[in-house]
Amino acid sequence: MNDPHSVLTDVQLGELIDLIKKIHGFDFSSYSKASLKRRVLRIIQNKKLQFYDLKHIIVNDQQFFQVFLDEITVNVTEMFRDPSFYKALNNQVIPYVSTYQHIKVWSAGCSSGEEVYSLAILLNDAGLRKKSFIYGTDINSEMLKEARKGIYNLKKIKSYAENYQFSGLKGSLTDHFTIMYDAATVHSELKHNTLFSVHNLVSDGVFNEFQLISCRNVFIYFESELQEKILELFYNSLAPLGFLCMGSKETIRSDKFKKKFKPINIKENIYQKIVS
Amino acid sequence: MSLNKNIIERWQNSDVLLLGGSAGSFSTIFRIIRNFDVDLNKSVIIVIHRKKNFFSEIEKLFSENTRISLREIRDKEIIQDNTIYIAPANYHTLIEKEKCFGLDVSESVWYSKPSIDVTFESAAEVYNERCTAILFSGANQDGADGLLSLRECGALTIAQNPLDAEMPQMPTAAINIDAAEYILRTDEIFELLQYN
Repeated sequence: MNDPHSVLTDVQLGELIDLIKKIHGFDFSSYSKASLKRRVLRIIQNKKLQFYDLKHIIVNDQQFFQVFLDEITVNVTEMFRDPSFYKALNNQVIPYVSTYQHIKVWSAGCSSGEEVYSLAILLNDAGLRKKSFIYGTDINSEMLKEARKGIYNLKKIKSYAENYQFSGLKGSLTDHFTIMYDAATVHSELKHNTLFSVHNLVSDGVFNEFQLISCRNVFIYFESELQEKILELFYNSLAPLGFLCMGSKETIRSDKFKKKFKPINIKENIYQKIVS
Repeated sequence: MSLNKNIIERWQNSDVLLLGGSAGSFSTIFRIIRNFDVDLNKSVIIVIHRKKNFFSEIEKLFSENTRISLREIRDKEIIQDNTIYIAPANYHTLIEKEKCFGLDVSESVWYSKPSIDVTFESAAEVYNERCTAILFSGANQDGADGLLSLRECGALTIAQNPLDAEMPQMPTAAINIDAAEYILRTDEIFELLQYN
């Protein structure tokens, strides 16, 4: 990572943010700067660019912009990341939502779909597949294409299999996939009740009403004020007594929303919407 | 070698102490935090390589054995004095200009998440010379580049003497790229941190 020739000043990062907003419509101005800066520097180093070149191609090369977007929006995700979270979901949330006629779930910032299919497997296991529907959204349309396919490298699936074992679900992760050579395709019945579409948490609004919203390890990329704005969006998108799941190291810091969400599981960061 | 005035003063003028380690570093870091006084007046940030999915007793064990408050880092937490922070497993820990933590789940660095490089590099920009960083035992080269960034920003950078490290690769990697301004024996590190 350390190349003395590539530095990026705060002013340059600001210029880049303005440029991207103007040309491509994505607003990164309230993203956490340390992480964003590191991502941009990585591109500059990997592609051996000067800052001036980077600005030039961001303006003129749509194809490159997609590569850029893939790099700066972190798309690292796992199936059953934090197995103890899925255990808590199974024990504390599923019994509650299973009484509903329909269970609508929103996985916000779903990247290549791993969390959506983890939730689909969990709901299927609980016998709730037919009455549940999972919406996966992300800012990055290319990632959503991957998510829709539901095809994952077998190596990756093997690394997710350990998570699955710890989650307490029965059988093994590969039970839910058809494996051919080095690719694992998620079973088609798990895909039936999913829908992937573009949604930008920074700029887009409420689009449905949900019993469960999962947005884990997305807030970490946002500054505190933006986090609060998105909490508002989630609050307005949840049915009364609906559940909000955040990443285990994320925190509701705003006093306003501390009063609007009741903690159900503090360690796993699961909340329930309070209706006042 | 006895500690010179320069190193002691720069440690005393630091706002933050960064400790990075991997295999073989645990007991040394444990002894360090046991010795801290209540009026340390600095923040301590510890990045130890750790595996995901294994409920770790590090926080519990450490906090029962130190006089100052200790916690696992949470996103956007403000960095305070007299507090020891431990980087959580399966996240990178970065430091924002506003002196709060930012977490990140991006790719592992040197097969490690948390990566010492990531934390050290972002600390370099925020703290510059008001920072002391020590790299301990470990079996890979994570931390070396980060230590170099810190040194270039004027921080006091120290590598544990590889002779004292159970796994010498990590401090050696830092020494090889000239990232460590000082190479200290474990006893000298303990002695330095006793100056307040």
